[in-house]
Amino acid sequence: MSLVINQRTIGEVTILDLSGKITIGVGNVQLREAIKKLLEAGNKKILLNLADVSYVDSSGIGELVHSFTTTSNAGGTLKLLNLTKKIQDLLAITKLLTVFETFSNEDEAVASFK
Amino acid sequence: MDPTGSTIELSIDSDFQFVELVASVTDSITQLVGFGPEEAYWIGLSVRESVINAIKHGNKLDVKKPVEVKFVISDDQIVIYVKDFGEGFDPSCVPNPLDPVNLLNPNGRGIFYMRTFMDEVDFQTPSSGGTVVVMRKRKTAKTTGL
Repeated sequence: MSLVINQRTIGEVTILDLSGKITIGVGNVQLREAIKKLLEAGNKKILLNLADVSYVDSSGIGELVHSFTTTSNAGGTLKLLNLTKKIQDLLAITKLLTVFETFSNEDEAVASFK
Repeated sequence: MDPTGSTIELSIDSDFQFVELVASVTDSITQLVGFGPEEAYWIGLSVRESVINAIKHGNKLDVKKPVEVKFVISDDQIVIYVKDFGEGFDPSCVPNPLDPVNLLNPNGRGIFYMRTFMDEVDFQTPSSGGTVVVMRKRKTAKTTGL
């Protein structure tokens, strides 16, 4: 299954609900395009909801990093919501939990952008 | 299972669409050996990373060049060989992804993950060319029931 991205907005925060895999040649391009469109539209407060992401490899982790740096370079902020245990492990062992701001509660995540 | 080892081999074209196929075979084999779901998951990820590297960096996406994967299994371990037909590879040249200057690099974590999740990872450069990645994972006391 490829990556499905549903977009919704709460206040100034755009939430992307990701469902499926983020792996090489599958979800990474879709995620990159989605972030690019948001930034071009001026949506610079982005929250990626990873609750339904079934699989991520190093390319997927790299795409999360790319999303983060692209958003930051555009003057925006990108945060992560509902990390699965496996994604959390992959981020932790490569010290990326020190880079990303992560949340397990959507209300708290949205409020943190203010 | 034959304690001296059984061998399963497959060969794929250098196309990312076949990574899933190798991953599915890996899942079946780790189940056969009796790894627990957590270990099996990370073995699968390591094989996937190795095959992706072989396609992308080894064979440089040349679909005419195969990636050969061999699993040697026994009651207590799995050894996986992933061979590409590229120009060779020096693992010492891979930047450390934990170095602060590399943290925001979107690439360069695959080998680190392989080394983290497998007991041994070795890179061999046979005289016939290419690179062979050899990964070993032993069953833990928990999964062997000791």
